[in-house]
Amino acid sequence: MTKKIEMSAGKVPEIGASQIELLEKLCNATAVSGDEHEVRQIVLEAVKLIADEVKVDALGNVLATKFGRGENRVRVMLAAHMDEIGLMVVKKHEDGVFEFERVGGIDERQLPGKSVLVGREHLPGVIGAKPIHMTTADERKNKIDVSAMRIDLGPEIGEKVKPGDRATFATRFELLGPSIRAKALDDRFGVATLIELLKHAPDQIDLLAAFTVQEEVGLRGARVAAYALDPNMAIAVDATPAYDLPPWDDEDENDRYNTRLDAGPAIYVMDFGTIPDRRLVNWLVETATQAVIPYQLRQPGGGGTDAGAIHKVRSGIPSVSVSVPVRYAHTAASIARLDDWANTLRLLHTALGRVTPDLLAGERRG
Amino acid sequence: MTDLLALLKKMLSASGLSGFEDPIREIIHEAWAPLTDELSVSKIGSLHGLKKGRGKAPRRRVLISAHMDAIGMMVTDIQNGLMRVTEIGGLDHRILPGQLVTVHGREALPGVVVQPPAHLLPESAGEGPVEMKYLFVDVGLRPDAVAEKVRIGDTVSYAQEPLELTGEAVAGHTLDNRVSVAATTLCLQELQTRMHDWDVWAVASAQEEETLGGALTSPFDIRPDIAIVIDVCFAKSAGSNDWRSIPLGEGVGLGYGPNIHPALYDGFEEKAKALEIPYHRDLMPKMSGTDAMAIQVVAEGIPCMVLGIPLRYMHTPVETVSLKDIRRAGRLMAAFIADLTPDALDKIQWEE
Repeated sequence: MTKKIEMSAGKVPEIGASQIELLEKLCNATAVSGDEHEVRQIVLEAVKLIADEVKVDALGNVLATKFGRGENRVRVMLAAHMDEIGLMVVKKHEDGVFEFERVGGIDERQLPGKSVLVGREHLPGVIGAKPIHMTTADERKNKIDVSAMRIDLGPEIGEKVKPGDRATFATRFELLGPSIRAKALDDRFGVATLIELLKHAPDQIDLLAAFTVQEEVGLRGARVAAYALDPNMAIAVDATPAYDLPPWDDEDENDRYNTRLDAGPAIYVMDFGTIPDRRLVNWLVETATQAVIPYQLRQPGGGGTDAGAIHKVRSGIPSVSVSVPVRYAHTAASIARLDDWANTLRLLHTALGRVTPDLLAGERRG
Repeated sequence: MTDLLALLKKMLSASGLSGFEDPIREIIHEAWAPLTDELSVSKIGSLHGLKKGRGKAPRRRVLISAHMDAIGMMVTDIQNGLMRVTEIGGLDHRILPGQLVTVHGREALPGVVVQPPAHLLPESAGEGPVEMKYLFVDVGLRPDAVAEKVRIGDTVSYAQEPLELTGEAVAGHTLDNRVSVAATTLCLQELQTRMHDWDVWAVASAQEEETLGGALTSPFDIRPDIAIVIDVCFAKSAGSNDWRSIPLGEGVGLGYGPNIHPALYDGFEEKAKALEIPYHRDLMPKMSGTDAMAIQVVAEGIPCMVLGIPLRYMHTPVETVSLKDIRRAGRLMAAFIADLTPDALDKIQWEE
């Protein structure tokens, strides 16, 4: 183990140029579920000097532990998934053209007319569409079927691409004023946040950071990571949709926004996979209120995070989720606010600093 | 000799939607200035470049028309910092969600086209394609900043970066029809070292995608004896494999149909054969969908030829061409023009 960099546990981590640079690197990397290699390398490089223990487990999760000091330390697991939604090349046709399958939840309407990067070498390709001139009005009323779409890499691709290779949208990370436009902010936000929290881990807890695999295809990494880390409690740090758009007719109010940009970190009260331990929800809300950090309660409903797997591991692990609100997740280009990310990091850091064994003393109760 | 890929990339970096061609016109002006004797801009915004022939005046004139305008969108409304848009040119709304765009407001603002979730759409929208009127453009700015920087009527262009695929294939937006402007530039370059009797009028025409306004007006000013229209044509690809499409990278399309004068077709076919430039007869039974539709009927009528550069995925931001076909088109035009004798018009006649 190389020499560790000593971090000041009390200092509040901030989002500056180096944090944004790391996020950019993470977003531009390719890590479709099942092939998280590129992000794992970035994570390993980032955590090797700051964690006390680092290991890569059987599924490819990175488990990084930062031990605290003193007695009665609560073992707090933080989970952020390294994988992203994407594509897998499944069949070669003539002329540099390939059939593909979706990995994770991608709306097929987001695919035609996009550029993609294929394989470890990031070879550029495009998903074309029939010229509008050759379509009929009736045809344009129907979705373009994903089975009819192809990735085109040019006629001389040869053997450089083969079935099994993964592909992602080719979108490059960009700052737009107060916002970020990038692919895979779900969940590179979480990955970058965990790295910052490891750097600034509070002393009174053991911080067990799990950079998980295969979240988008069934929370598989989180399950075995939670078993191995055996924490007292867990927080999934993720990205969640902000549907804060005007409704189509201007008359109704949009009361199903899930979350909103500029409203701070989203604390989960219930989603498709988890009914979080209300003691943890209250702890986060109280922390935000006392430290004057903006926060929002994510509207209860669908969707889910690694917490959906973690809270049912072993004999049960009290869990909650906190997400950065992100518009247009699972598309080529999502948009999120730097401020919401900074406040997510602040909230988590401040809350972790307040964890004591009392938080989970006694029975689960609302 | 200009690097074709560099020239093309430069042309793709400029916007220039139909009716708003000035950014691309300036780049073409710069490229054509050293290759022409005179440059001017028409009232409707087309660029005219004259390269004089060697004969004594009055000389015959050949017009090359390559439209420079691009399809795109225009802001129709701003709601809570998000923009509604309508189309300029023919866009398939099904390829819009998630596209990177630039909103040309008081400054250029990068953004993305947004497909709202189903619960914010009318029930009739269902799970199918979302109509353009329900899409938004988001530039990542807060509503007050958007109000300051964007107005109704601002144009929205595609921002997809050009990609180099294998086998000299290039993908990007607006290759329709910047590839033809590039081919025309190659033709002008080649004519620098070749004698030609006729005056060559290179026209980067405006508004092809909307009104054909450029193609209707430039020939009126120039009064050419013949016109060569160069545009993209359909290349075979997934979903586009019938007789209307020709293979990518395997030669240019020679337009054949009522917009095209048969003697010009024959002339181009002979020239292609003589130079061993691969070509395909590109059938256009009713109309060509190009500037030729307009040029043909200007004034007392003008014999037209339509040359096609095969292009996949037309009118999407990932249109794909082969650089080989662009070079072939440039070479073929230059050879055809250089071989036009002062009396060549005598041969461009109807058989009767």
